[in-house]
Amino acid sequence: MVTKTLPDTATVWDWLAEVPDPEIPVISVTDLGIVRDVRWEGDALVVAVTPTYSGCPATAVINLDIETHLRSRGIDNVRLERRLSPPWTTEWLSEAGREKLRAYGIAPPVEGTGSDMASARAARLAGASNLVVTCPRCGSERTEKVSQHGSTPCKAAYRCAACLEPFDYFKCI
Amino acid sequence: MPSLPDMTTPNVAELARDQGGQGPRDVLAETPELKPALFEWLCRMGDSTLVLGHRLSEWCGRGPALEEDIAVANVALDLIGHTQMWLGLAAEVEEGGRSVDDLAYLRDVMRFRNIKLAELPNGDIGRTLMRQFLFDAWHHLMLERLVQSSVTEVAEIAAKALKEVTYHLGRSSDLVIRLGDGTAESHARMQEALDLLWPYTGEMFTGDAVDETVAEAGVAPRPEDLRAAWTALVTEVLFEATLSVPENGDVHRGGKQGRHTEHLGYLLAEMQFLQRAYPGAEW
Repeated sequence: MVTKTLPDTATVWDWLAEVPDPEIPVISVTDLGIVRDVRWEGDALVVAVTPTYSGCPATAVINLDIETHLRSRGIDNVRLERRLSPPWTTEWLSEAGREKLRAYGIAPPVEGTGSDMASARAARLAGASNLVVTCPRCGSERTEKVSQHGSTPCKAAYRCAACLEPFDYFKCI
Repeated sequence: MPSLPDMTTPNVAELARDQGGQGPRDVLAETPELKPALFEWLCRMGDSTLVLGHRLSEWCGRGPALEEDIAVANVALDLIGHTQMWLGLAAEVEEGGRSVDDLAYLRDVMRFRNIKLAELPNGDIGRTLMRQFLFDAWHHLMLERLVQSSVTEVAEIAAKALKEVTYHLGRSSDLVIRLGDGTAESHARMQEALDLLWPYTGEMFTGDAVDETVAEAGVAPRPEDLRAAWTALVTEVLFEATLSVPENGDVHRGGKQGRHTEHLGYLLAEMQFLQRAYPGAEW
């Protein structure tokens, strides 16, 4: 019988950084900040993953991709665990992840615009939003929201008044 | 090919114990008599989000504008995501061997516990948005309170869902105002929608023995406790929308006890068809 040495968790984190998000393949699941914990329980590797949006259909694919990738690295006994708390927010996105999003044409979330009810209501009643989203293509701040909801649950649809291009905004949650 | 891990039915109790909270099993070990009421209450939450989510999904590909079509589908997706969490927890509490899918697809109409407002037909987009707004305002207030629930998983689900529902409420209030205070035609349609839906709203604030039991255990607020805040919020938006608030909202109830309108059966016939025709079918 051959005893395999189990890789340490730091190595596993490095491997997880190679697993792309299925919808936005330029960022990895670790850039996205959805891997919460990696630990060994005996010879079983437990990876705790948190959903971005609770109904996001990519969640199942992400779990499958993580499991497949870890198996390809020789880990046979993988268990995925859903962790809801603390809930994912866009603040879990890494700095590197934000830049990769921008380079890919998706405006990263703007700091300090978490959707708390008071500010959302104030903005609505004032008929305006103080949110400045910079165009990921030309850098202009003359942008406008087309729709709160975009091609995936985590994105809103915007357009740039300077270069006239539509773009996705990774919205705050 | 590795099997797809079943992430919709995790061992949440174990997870809660790791975090030092009270899982449903701990709570039920202390107060076993809570079990039927907790199951019932979780079905009310999950069925309301499921039925409304399914109703919204009927708009998919048929929205009046591309952005609205996508928005409605996104909200539907969020609500169905909440359903997986609520009914997943219900299945765990029940310990009856039923899965979240069994609860969603294999119960008949009289076993559904959603509020009647959720099952009403879509009508035009104005009516759909008005229904959504009346529901979102309640949903948001409810989740804000549930974040403090004595059952860890309920609090966790609420914290997760609250972030999404904040977006729902922002969007539906905005559109109710724009359409209510819009053209003569849109104003008339929104007022008509409000008059039609208003008599169903009282059910959200009418408690029964189930609600009393879970409130007593600190799981959820009493439905009546949300009424004042809901009325204030809704009245403010409807005023902005130049719409008149109808008088009596306490007319149609019974959904939470399984007495539904004739519309729910048709909805379930479509939603449950695949599992009924091909039992156990999986993607």
